Amino acid sequence: MTEKIDIRGACDMPPMAKSLGRMSWNKTGSWRNVTPVIDYDKCTRCMLCWKFCPDLAISCTDPPEIILDYCKGCGVCAEECPVKCIEMKEGL
Amino acid sequence: MREVVTGNHTVSHAARVARAQVVSAYPITPQTQVVEKISEFVADGIMDAKFIKVESEHSAMVACIGASAAGARAFTATSAQGLALMHEVLHWAANARLPVVLANINRAMGPPWTIWTDQIDSLSQRDTGWMQFYADSNQDIFDSILISFKVAEQVLLPAMVVLEAFFLSHTAEPVDFPEQEEADRFLPPRVATHTVDPEHPAAFGGLTGPDHYYELKYMEHNAMLEAEGVIKRAAREYGDITGRYYKMADPYACEDADTVLVVSGGIASTAKDAVDEARAAGKKLGSLKIWAFRPFPREAVRELLAGKKRVAVVDRNISFGQEGIFCTEVKASLYGRDGAPPVLGFIAGLGGRDVKVRDLLAIAEAAEKADCPEFNWYGAKP
Amino acid sequence: MAEVPKKLTIPAEEYICSGHLACQGCGAALAMRYALKALGPNTVYTVPACCWSVIDGPFPYTTLGVPLFHIAFEAAAASACGLSAGLEMVGKKGVNVVAWAGDGGTADIGIQALSGAAERNDNILYICYDNEAYMNTGVQRSSSTPWGAWTTTTPARHFKKRPKKNLVDIMVAHQIPYVATAAMAFPEDLIRKVSKAKDIEGTKYIQIFASCPPGWRMAPEYAVKAVRLAVNTRIWPQLEVEHGVYTINRKPRKYTPVAEYLKLQGRFAHLTEEQIEQMQEMVEREWDRLLFLEKSTHEMAGLPLAGEKAAASKEGGAGAAAGQG
Repeated sequence: MTEKIDIRGACDMPPMAKSLGRMSWNKTGSWRNVTPVIDYDKCTRCMLCWKFCPDLAISCTDPPEIILDYCKGCGVCAEECPVKCIEMKEGL
Repeated sequence: MREVVTGNHTVSHAARVARAQVVSAYPITPQTQVVEKISEFVADGIMDAKFIKVESEHSAMVACIGASAAGARAFTATSAQGLALMHEVLHWAANARLPVVLANINRAMGPPWTIWTDQIDSLSQRDTGWMQFYADSNQDIFDSILISFKVAEQVLLPAMVVLEAFFLSHTAEPVDFPEQEEADRFLPPRVATHTVDPEHPAAFGGLTGPDHYYELKYMEHNAMLEAEGVIKRAAREYGDITGRYYKMADPYACEDADTVLVVSGGIASTAKDAVDEARAAGKKLGSLKIWAFRPFPREAVRELLAGKKRVAVVDRNISFGQEGIFCTEVKASLYGRDGAPPVLGFIAGLGGRDVKVRDLLAIAEAAEKADCPEFNWYGAKP
Repeated sequence: MAEVPKKLTIPAEEYICSGHLACQGCGAALAMRYALKALGPNTVYTVPACCWSVIDGPFPYTTLGVPLFHIAFEAAAASACGLSAGLEMVGKKGVNVVAWAGDGGTADIGIQALSGAAERNDNILYICYDNEAYMNTGVQRSSSTPWGAWTTTTPARHFKKRPKKNLVDIMVAHQIPYVATAAMAFPEDLIRKVSKAKDIEGTKYIQIFASCPPGWRMAPEYAVKAVRLAVNTRIWPQLEVEHGVYTINRKPRKYTPVAEYLKLQGRFAHLTEEQIEQMQEMVEREWDRLLFLEKSTHEMAGLPLAGEKAAASKEGGAGAAAGQG
């Protein structure tokens, strides 16, 4: 279950607070005030950005892509990029 | 099979016969013999269980919570300070809806240090969401533990079986143990739902806001109410196997009684002797043993006490500044009912002071006086 | 278009999902992500009050792809022991039972239950993610807060004057089979240690140094950099203690001065040059003690001590990250 769950009342609940839904319904991209932009000409596909993303907001793909739905804009990827090909941009 | 055993060893045998799978406990006088015997059972392979010898009662309850959450049948035993130390996680067990069973040996709370009995330790846990059963004999202890497991696993609430320090814990009495097959028929292996299981990932007990917390409490209360019917059914089924039928509120010579003593724990068996003695002297005395304290048998109390001239509640406990706790519960059950009798409260036997037949007769006599106060310290030397 | 890149230094499988409630640049979120890559799906977590009680998400949602049992603050270790025993009794053997607690839940309120579990050597993996204060409640000092740090209960003018509690030595004193430190800036090392621990019978203890940008008064982008500096300044040595034998996993050829680590973080901004020098000396004293322990415990066990070069290259997998150190 990756969608928001509608609970009308006790009839929709297990007897204890048992959570079966996934937090991925929660699009944390809305927290962001700066956005990473990858310069793919410079990117070496080293995947350090993916490795150090606390929000799993960079895809494990070649090339890596920012998943804007979830990126909180922390800037770790830009800071860690060994070739400095990620820029944190405002207003995106 | 009939054996002469102490109350404490009765508890150990009950855990064995109930096939508890994880036992976790910490020693405290007067409970120690319970865990010593279980250690032997487990070490000798008589009991197929894991015994986690924890460093505190808090961890004892937490380990039971973990084991129960994994789907195992979990058991522990404690007393007084130990139960108080568990308090936080007694709530956790109940709110997580885990059918842990605990035997509490009633011991008075310090300071001053004391090892003798009263009920303040267990009654202080009244609102944790645990069922509570007060035993009046070693046989009652054994039977209550088996019935508790069955009920707990059905309604998903933990249960506490309470027995008095020394008067029961260290007193040997004959106890009938059912054959293991009989016990297994009454209490088959736990069919656990909502377990912590890597094949079915889920989070349990995460942050819950006002939108949902309220409904969880609503369900917990309903489970406690539902427990009343489940207890009655389980007690009937158990009676059909053993011939011993337990009642949540158990009357003795109540029908035509003018005065009824409301009693619990070991005092309940003393009360029967007091009633017999009073009856022999031509007095219409009866007694009502409260076996199940949570859920409280409100309906039965109303029915059994309706129309009596007076009710004297004997409390081996006190809620300071109010009165005895059973007294409050009885009054709350009777309030506003037609034919509700006057209810007189008597504190007695705190810190292990013996409550004998003559004390109960004196209480009955005091209650019968027209000017008897509503609240009394029986036998206190001011 | 996209395919899985070939040269990954950590497993691609993820067992947490996006959408969790960690702050920007959360070190604890990364620590969890890496630990689960090592543990895989046959795992259950028990989590006492800590940041992860919130990060995982509110009912009816969860972030972990494995079961998470929430438990009271002081109870992580005991609940893990109960889960471990219970799972075995219901026939589920070989499940990794992990107690996952913060430094307050480990070094302070949870230490009794942890000590009990370790003394019994119950079969659990206890992981403390250490961000050096009660971050979830708003940055109050814990016994794991280091000397010199500001917290909301150790204001800058009265910063913490007692050293960080040495939990590693406390756990070693319990004579459990495996004690290790890790840092979430070195995921390869972290994953190797968790993988190793999960296959050991008995109590395993791993303390993961994890940054907390809000609590450290630090920009979130430094979450990884600061922890790397903690290792390279020797403030947070990466250790393994196996049956009492100490191994320092990483001995940087050139040590970074502690000032480099401190200056990233507002929680140390009040320290004078003399105080920073004092901290430098404390770090060097502790490092010397560890070198001595490493040498002497190897000798006592009759084990050869790997040269500094060999020890450093053990870290090989973290190549890219190490290169920036």
